[in-house]
Amino acid sequence: MIEFRAVSKRFDDGTVAVDDLDLVVEAGTITVFVGPSGCGKTTSLRMINRMLDPTSGTVLVDGRDVLQVDPPRLRRGIGYVIQQAGLFPHRTVLDNVATVPLLSGWSKRDARARAAELLELVGLDGDMGRRYPVQLSGGQQQRVGVARALAADPPVLLMDEPFSAVDPVVREGLQDELLRLHAELGKTVVFVTHDIDEAVRIGEKVAVFRQGGVLAQYDRPAELLARPADDFVASFVGKDRGYRGLSFVDPAGIEVRGGATTRLGEPVSPSREWLLALDADERPRGWLPPGTSADGPLTEDLLVPGGSLYERGTAVRGALDSALSSPSGLGVVVEPTGRYAGVLRGAQVLDVIDRERAERG
Amino acid sequence: MIFVDVWVWLSDPENWSGAGGIPARVGQHLLYCLAATAFAALIAVPLGLYVGHTGRGGVVLVGGGNAIRALPTLGLVTVLYLVAGGGTVPVLIGLVVLAVPPILAGTYAGVQDVDRGVVDAASGMGMTDAQRLWQVELPNALPLLMGGVRNAMLQVVATASVAAYVGLGGLGRPLLDGLRVLDYGQLVGGALFVALLAVLLDLLLSVVQRLVVPRGLRLAPASAARRRVRRGVDDSSPQKLVATAGQPDSGGSRA
Repeated sequence: MIEFRAVSKRFDDGTVAVDDLDLVVEAGTITVFVGPSGCGKTTSLRMINRMLDPTSGTVLVDGRDVLQVDPPRLRRGIGYVIQQAGLFPHRTVLDNVATVPLLSGWSKRDARARAAELLELVGLDGDMGRRYPVQLSGGQQQRVGVARALAADPPVLLMDEPFSAVDPVVREGLQDELLRLHAELGKTVVFVTHDIDEAVRIGEKVAVFRQGGVLAQYDRPAELLARPADDFVASFVGKDRGYRGLSFVDPAGIEVRGGATTRLGEPVSPSREWLLALDADERPRGWLPPGTSADGPLTEDLLVPGGSLYERGTAVRGALDSALSSPSGLGVVVEPTGRYAGVLRGAQVLDVIDRERAERG
Repeated sequence: MIFVDVWVWLSDPENWSGAGGIPARVGQHLLYCLAATAFAALIAVPLGLYVGHTGRGGVVLVGGGNAIRALPTLGLVTVLYLVAGGGTVPVLIGLVVLAVPPILAGTYAGVQDVDRGVVDAASGMGMTDAQRLWQVELPNALPLLMGGVRNAMLQVVATASVAAYVGLGGLGRPLLDGLRVLDYGQLVGGALFVALLAVLLDLLLSVVQRLVVPRGLRLAPASAARRRVRRGVDDSSPQKLVATAGQPDSGGSRA
């Protein structure tokens, strides 16, 4: 558990970076600090491992005032991941990961063996270990950064905008990886970002900071989106926060119906409704418009490309999007394996949201 | 023809033997250069590391270094020689004073140029100040540090000829003698040896540089360039260290 008690940080030039912060980070959770630049989120994070010391107030890690602990010793017990990874360019990937065990007095052999395990844990090949940081992509470097932070098995992991320098696709993969690692290892993670989407995606609790280092709201992401504490939070979480909030609606209430389908290779007979074309593996390939006729069997070039596919059981946001983006107005539902499961209408999704709202009162 | 004069001077067996012969002159010159550069490194490297690591005194250092560069070495050596009443020490001091600024600047810039994220990570991993300096800052400063040493060596080789003014031999001797008696063969021949020595010493130091600079840093320029080409974008930030050589005249292979 990490606790901030009336913590303030004033820099030498007079700027107040953090103003009277009281906050408790529960053990074993991912807590995200989010806010615009200059809001004190990174300063707050850096006071946990004494990269900065508070001007007043107390930071406690597991009940102990961090100021009582010598900084190098404190930091060896707290994982630290930064933007751009900050890997040591002169050391191999393996030796980068072995840094903290070596500093803690492990033998070189044990430290390297441990580093190899960690590389595997973050999904990197064993022979990646012999390379140098400059030979890796941004995403790979960041994985190594996470492995390095975890090498001495610290109970706490601090992450300062770790994924903001990689492109969106890679970022999403890294976020998933972090969630998987967290489920596996149960660390207490404090994660700083300026991206509210990232915050609500990975955070169990989110602390929104505003300029001047004031904590504006500290809540579960669903609450944050549904009930922002004030105008600042409301505007920070964005105009489409209602749509974003769909990520937290229970998808179980959506009824998946059978739709009219046809198959590639079958004869084409004109129909009055849109037909969903499946391939031999039961995967949706596209929509056949009403009234289409052709002499031969059904081929792909007669089809209109489909919209996004909704995987059964995933966030309601995807269900609504599948209906909105489909040419027929029917969202296509697939099983996790990719096989066709049925269709849904946008109105159904809205009904589920209404029902849930009524239940919550 | 000047080339003929040079050839005559070079092919005279008398010029190749004895205390005034070419081998002895080259040996003296070499000794002055190696000793002066080594002493200068002993002073400048620790000082540069300290200032680069702590960030304290950087302004004083750069200003002082430039001021020293402005000192005329010949004048300095003459004054010291007169004050000390002879000996090799004044010559060496003059050359050391000349060699300190480039090594100091290279070391300081090398440490300063280590990526801030790398330094931050080193501290954040739990390195003490000393561990951060020896394990992270020094290895990463080596390319620029070695650039400074090579730069200093080149200057010292060229300037060590001043030893001859105060009667201490070296390759300045044929230059001075040749000039005095208008024996251009001897003059150009001596200059040729100074140039040759400079090139050979720089080659030697480039080999040393290859040996001491960590592999991960030597890979950097090539990989960075490849990646830039592949992505078709400018992606210079992580390779900042090697991109900013900071020493335009370091004669390094990094450019």
